Amino acid sequence: MSMASDTSGGTAPAAQAGEGTSQIPVLECRNLSISYFTRAGEIPAVADFNLTLMPGESHGIVGESGCGKSTVALAIMQYMGRNGRIVGGEILFNGRDMRAMSEEELRLLRGSQIAMVYQEPMASLNPAMRVGDQLAEVPIYHEGASKEEALERARAMLESVRLPEPERILRSYPHQISGGQQQRVVIAMALLSSPKLLLLDEPTTALDVTVEAGIVDLIREIAAEFGTSMIYISHNLGLILETCDRITVMYSGEAVEVGTVEDVFEAMRHPYTRGLFASIPLPGADKNARPLIAIPGQLPLPHERPPGCNFGPRCDYFKAGLCDRGEIPMLPISGDDRHFSRCLRIEEIDWHAGLGEGIGKVATEKGDVVLKVDDMTKHYEIEEGALFFSGEAKTVKANEKLSFEAREAETVAIVGESGCGKSTFAKVLMGLEEATAGKVLLGNVELGHMPVDRRGPETISKLQMIFQNPFDTLNPSHTVGGQIARVIRKFGVEKDEAKVQERVLELLDIVKLPRDFALRRPRQLSGGQKQRVGIARAFAGNPAVVIADEPVSALDVSVQAAVTELLMDIQRENRTTLLFISHDLSVVRYLSDRIVVMYLGQIMEQGSTEEIFAPPYHPYTEALLSAVPIADTKVTKRHIVLSGEIPSASDPPAGCPFCTRCPYVIEGTCETEPPPIREFQPGHRIACHLSEETLSAMQPVIQIGDGTEKGDKGDEVSPAAAAESARRSDA
Amino acid sequence: MVKLIGRRLIQMVLIILVASLLLFAIFDTPEFKRRLAVQELGGFAVSALSQDAYNEWLARRGLDVPFYQRYFNWIGKIVQGDFGFSYEKNRPVGPLLADRLANTGILALCVFALMIPISLTLGVLSGMREGSGLDRSITFLSVFTTSIPEIATAIILTVVFALGLGLLPAKSAMIAGFDPWQLVLPVLTLVIYDFGYVARMTRASMAEVMTSQYIRTAILKGIPYRRVVMKHALRNALIAPFTVIVLQMNWLLSGVVVVEVFFEYDGFGKLLLEAALFPDVEVVQACTLVAVVVAVTSQIISDVGYTFLNPRIRFS
Ligand code: SF4
Ligand code: SF4
Repeated sequence: MSMASDTSGGTAPAAQAGEGTSQIPVLECRNLSISYFTRAGEIPAVADFNLTLMPGESHGIVGESGCGKSTVALAIMQYMGRNGRIVGGEILFNGRDMRAMSEEELRLLRGSQIAMVYQEPMASLNPAMRVGDQLAEVPIYHEGASKEEALERARAMLESVRLPEPERILRSYPHQISGGQQQRVVIAMALLSSPKLLLLDEPTTALDVTVEAGIVDLIREIAAEFGTSMIYISHNLGLILETCDRITVMYSGEAVEVGTVEDVFEAMRHPYTRGLFASIPLPGADKNARPLIAIPGQLPLPHERPPGCNFGPRCDYFKAGLCDRGEIPMLPISGDDRHFSRCLRIEEIDWHAGLGEGIGKVATEKGDVVLKVDDMTKHYEIEEGALFFSGEAKTVKANEKLSFEAREAETVAIVGESGCGKSTFAKVLMGLEEATAGKVLLGNVELGHMPVDRRGPETISKLQMIFQNPFDTLNPSHTVGGQIARVIRKFGVEKDEAKVQERVLELLDIVKLPRDFALRRPRQLSGGQKQRVGIARAFAGNPAVVIADEPVSALDVSVQAAVTELLMDIQRENRTTLLFISHDLSVVRYLSDRIVVMYLGQIMEQGSTEEIFAPPYHPYTEALLSAVPIADTKVTKRHIVLSGEIPSASDPPAGCPFCTRCPYVIEGTCETEPPPIREFQPGHRIACHLSEETLSAMQPVIQIGDGTEKGDKGDEVSPAAAAESARRSDA
Repeated sequence: MVKLIGRRLIQMVLIILVASLLLFAIFDTPEFKRRLAVQELGGFAVSALSQDAYNEWLARRGLDVPFYQRYFNWIGKIVQGDFGFSYEKNRPVGPLLADRLANTGILALCVFALMIPISLTLGVLSGMREGSGLDRSITFLSVFTTSIPEIATAIILTVVFALGLGLLPAKSAMIAGFDPWQLVLPVLTLVIYDFGYVARMTRASMAEVMTSQYIRTAILKGIPYRRVVMKHALRNALIAPFTVIVLQMNWLLSGVVVVEVFFEYDGFGKLLLEAALFPDVEVVQACTLVAVVVAVTSQIISDVGYTFLNPRIRFS
């Protein structure tokens, strides 16, 4: 099952890959199998994995957590830890089998021919060593450069990855620079000896989306400039679309589909790939007209994989007697360029039929205003140097004059990146912090100055929260049923013990968990199931308002859709007001009615979902929209990449908080004067100094072309837009 | 950094003041005053004293003034180096304390000089290859030696090396002046008891560092393994053991009474024990105060050192 023997690779999409069939691949994995050995025995992590990477090609590997994608990267590096081992197949680098190499040969390859960029830049850099010294090691040990020479090379490379003040960064320790800068340092380290192969393992997952956009841009440039071959590992299909030529979709330790990005995105031939696309909110999905379709069930654990097709238990096309026998091979798709799928029923499935039941739902009527936030302000005083030496107090403006409303049955999304103040806002609402000024009215109860211990059970039950990490909020030693029952009793929904138990079972039904889960303990549940319990608990007291703080972002993509839909259904049923806190504009676009965009503690823009996604934009909204990767080849985006990083909330600019990064900044005004808030439509407000004409003249950022013809890869960077953004970053 | 040290120093002074106040108050009861009189004048003489005569004695000793005044008198004397008088040893406490501290210092130095290199090397070796045969042997050895009480080690060592083989002196009283041979057995006993603890701390710290992502980065950028260990791992792995070692100073000062008594080594711990049994009030007070000062100082050294070694804290 080697793909190298496949000669149809003549039309490789990457221009750099060239037409020649004589080229040897930079990297080839043949029938690679990797296992971990634990006390419990052998746990297969990856099986029968094939990959051919031609020079200059970028290859994406996508999959959910536990699918084995990172294991593949570490296997290529021959760094498996103590209990991991390659149990079969081979890895050829430039035609040489890496498994036959000595430790010293590997060392000479690592960091010079093959380099890697990691998910968490902070953890990947030595905290006790200056950045310059860490960078300099590469030329020193691979090329015998002198210390001065190596530092000079490091400085030059920091400039090429567009880091400001390279000298200062060379002298810094990793924690003294921001996350985005750290990742640029790691990338610079990887590029220092011009590797042939660059492995990127979720390089932007830990970063904010506008910072991510800059890194993705840089990665694309590197590929074009140095001709480096890349393997880009991600769980985000949109990022793969923006960076790669070819893609491997992995599921439960196996590659299930391989092909060019165009083929896989537009003519996928594996039910899992199709399910994945149906479960992510793409532009065009709509919670009422075209809801997401979740993949039923959950990922099997490595030692509980079914016989035959690993995807079998979750597949709509599963055929007993066929799909549950023996090993399923990768089968070629005729007519496509090196396109394979690990499915036995490729020919029988009607790939053009829509994914069926996307049952349309009725949009709910919005009711009266339930929650009213009026000039709410939260400042923190941080004292430098407690005890004896009192330094001057600093004010962190976590929330500055927030005003908005939420109606009954409405979903209001609060969107922003780190430091934007959305979590502080949630804390004030929940009564964990007290507002410094302004009002928060729930019905006619003022909450801003009422800490949680002074709120009655009535008020508390009316305002509930769903957390990002269901793992942290469930008590591990109590049963699921017990925890839900406690909430019911606490809020006095039911008094009678039999009724309480009945209500617990009802709630389990509502969140679509089997009733016997009442007796289970949290550790026996998967992430998605825990989040369902979290939802059941939040809705146990019939709340009027539920704050959902990134409720699905810790979950796997295929599980996210199911939980999102569930939340929407319950909300519809109960006419709950949902405050949805998120950084993910795709999800937000899909499920919210109104959006509040925040930056550094202030509201930059608010309006209905349509208003936010269409011009006029606030300059920050515009950049945010452009930064979100979209996994749809038919979508074209205007390319706006912000320079710099989000300033610290303890030291915000005096005028517009966005002025340090704004491409439109008006010199002399924006830095010093707070921007006026202008209302464009009733409820659509933008805080900016730009004139109404300028704002209104903005072009849409995201456009959905009809792009029916195949192979029309959305070219995100139109020349005009590129020139435009270049002009801006010069200014 | 300077701020931190300054803050710590102030805290240190405060802690010492509070401790000294407590220490003074505990021994400032009528019973202890009477006891002092007994020690100074003799039991019979005191029981023969009339109340007036006793009061007169109190006045002569400056014990009849109000509490705070007595306390400040006491502190004032101590600051001038006058720690009082030991009736048991029949000499001023100051020089007595100095002698004993010097002896304990010598002992502690020898223990550190052996224990630090042994335990760090063993800890690093075993943490570097967690789960290997070497690691398991070292871990077993450390747990084993630490779990034997010092007294048992002391007895075994004496039986074998002093009584059996006759290679080393069994007692370390140093009656005929300083004799390095007499140090060997107590030092060995303490090292055997102590190195396992530090070695295991080092191992844990090293093992954690070796599995950290930045070590992976260092290995995967292709620098030689030796350099990965020496430059990237050690620096970070030794921060935790450093603090532990500094805090061992306390234990070596007053926690080694058993060994000192067993070998009849005239150290600080033995002095404290003898004074407490007698009871030699002013010696107990002086010793306790010294112990507090050492404890607080070592805590400061450990904190400041930790901050200094850890750039993540140092610059934030
Ligand atoms: S082999 Fe069968 S179960 Fe597996 S994906 Fe194909 S149709 Fe579904
Ligand atoms: S006020 Fe100025 S800096 Fe702020 S968004 Fe508008 S143009 Fe940009």
